[in-house]
Amino acid sequence: MNVRFFNLTVAFVALVTLPYWMHGIYYINVASQILFYAIFALGLNVLVGYAGLVSLGHAGLFGVTAYATGYMLQLGFGHPVALLVALVISLLSMAIFAALSLRSTGIGFIMITLALGEILWGLAYRWISLTGGDNGLSLKTRPEPFGYSLSDVNTFYYATLIIFLLSLAAMTVFVRSPFGAALMGTRDQPRRMNALGYHVWAIRFWACMFSGLLTSVSAILFVYYTQFISPQTLALTSSAEVLLMVISGGAGTLLGPIVGATLVVAVKTVVSGYIERWNFLLGAIFVAIVILMPEGLVPGTARLWRLAWRRRAGALPGTAEAKP
Amino acid sequence: MNFWLVLAVNSITFGGLLFLLSSGFSLIFGLMRIPNLTHGSLFMVGAYVGVTFVLGIRGFQFNFWIAAILATLTVAAIGALSERFLLRRLPGDQLAQVLVTLGLSFMAADLCLMIWGGDPISVPTPAELEGFVRFGVLVFPAYRFAIIVIAVIFAVALWLLLDRTRLGAMIRAGVDDPDMARVVGIRVSQLFTIVFALGAGLAAFAGIIGGPILSVYPGLDQDMLPLALVVVILGGTGSLLGSFVGSIVVGFIYNFGQALLPELAYFVLFLPMLLVLLLRPQGLFGRHVP
Repeated sequence: MNVRFFNLTVAFVALVTLPYWMHGIYYINVASQILFYAIFALGLNVLVGYAGLVSLGHAGLFGVTAYATGYMLQLGFGHPVALLVALVISLLSMAIFAALSLRSTGIGFIMITLALGEILWGLAYRWISLTGGDNGLSLKTRPEPFGYSLSDVNTFYYATLIIFLLSLAAMTVFVRSPFGAALMGTRDQPRRMNALGYHVWAIRFWACMFSGLLTSVSAILFVYYTQFISPQTLALTSSAEVLLMVISGGAGTLLGPIVGATLVVAVKTVVSGYIERWNFLLGAIFVAIVILMPEGLVPGTARLWRLAWRRRAGALPGTAEAKP
Repeated sequence: MNFWLVLAVNSITFGGLLFLLSSGFSLIFGLMRIPNLTHGSLFMVGAYVGVTFVLGIRGFQFNFWIAAILATLTVAAIGALSERFLLRRLPGDQLAQVLVTLGLSFMAADLCLMIWGGDPISVPTPAELEGFVRFGVLVFPAYRFAIIVIAVIFAVALWLLLDRTRLGAMIRAGVDDPDMARVVGIRVSQLFTIVFALGAGLAAFAGIIGGPILSVYPGLDQDMLPLALVVVILGGTGSLLGSFVGSIVVGFIYNFGQALLPELAYFVLFLPMLLVLLLRPQGLFGRHVP
């Protein structure tokens, strides 16, 4: 049994038994938040880490799903219909989003996704008859799948955990599949992939759709968790928060975004209890991570750790020789 | 005055402000190949610093235009410093540079909120421009007319700078082929700092002279940045003519959109962007796809 497998088993057991050793509704709710934000980060990581396409508009898509769910429920539809319609609308928006932003790659992709995300934000903010503007939309109920009421804190946590584990499994299958390999190929060598007969654009497009699906799933959990949605959810800061989760944990790694989501949600929860300056801190962390640890906290810490370890291992014989 | 004519004048005025904002954005993009996401913040900081001078420090009130020049210089210095000490540390890594500008924009927005508070501050119109200008039967508000004149003067000055001076030739060389420009002995990294300061100054100037029309409020940066982005996507990067035409087009669409479809004003901007991206991804006057 290797160390990695052991660690993952411990993490899994800890997650499953969390409501038994973590006392207090507040902390279980924070854990639920971490899990659905981790799904969001996994979704963005498909593009940022594996496709090499940095999107700054993902909060816009997240918001489309959340608003679609909220609006359908407000119209009086049941939860299954609302969710189905929300998913269809989100995937259609993602298709349009992808078709437009994939006109370009690299910096152009960032610019177009940023502009699209801001336009969706403007729409949520101004289209008051549909979205309620700054007042937002409120949801009255959480659903009760198979007779389990999600209004209960523990039940909601377990539902989120199950969906999180399914998403993680989907992500693992995706990364190890031929499609995942082809996507990484288009990230590293788009021209060669093209010459080998791969349809680079189509591969990127389907990666966007997969990313959009995970984003929508997390948005549905989000909107049921908060039972409220306002334009703030779609703002550039939200896109940046998720991007920070991905790059702080390490883009292009399977577990990095989860670590990143844990860190960002934990820091945000703790900090906003004491000061109002979360946005300032978010910006400062961004600048610090990009300049000091560009590969992310997980690989970055691993690198520093290995470096320190090697230096210590190398220094020991050195000091022994130096002694007379 | 006729409703449509008022709307048209407002659109051209707003287009003029957008041109001052986006020409710097476009130049920075053309030279450094990054969208400077602090550009909206520079606009807002310029407006805040300017209005602080106008309203007076310790009872001493500055003339509007002197305040505008002081704000421009302050923000240009901030821009030059952030380029020199932050972006310069990440040479060639464009993604990292974009993320640093994004982080800086959040910090700037929060600092402004901390210093100037959450209430909108209105900027007084300079006294000498409070009246109206008459052209036969047509009457224009003098201040809006002045903004149009200033924007045109700046457009001509920028064109002369880029097209007729040695510095302009060096910037154009840097935009076209930075590696070759380095080879022939142009210090491209020094140009980065100059262009960054120039762009920051233009954005700040637009912020303060736009103050009497737009007022200054938290979130002004988030309102302006997407507009600059759309202008540059429409007009193409690194092209002065592109920013000019893009600004006027966006000014018209945004103002008419706000007047006719107030709920969809932002969304209407999306349509020309969609057309340009589908038919001409490099933008109307751009030479290369970003």
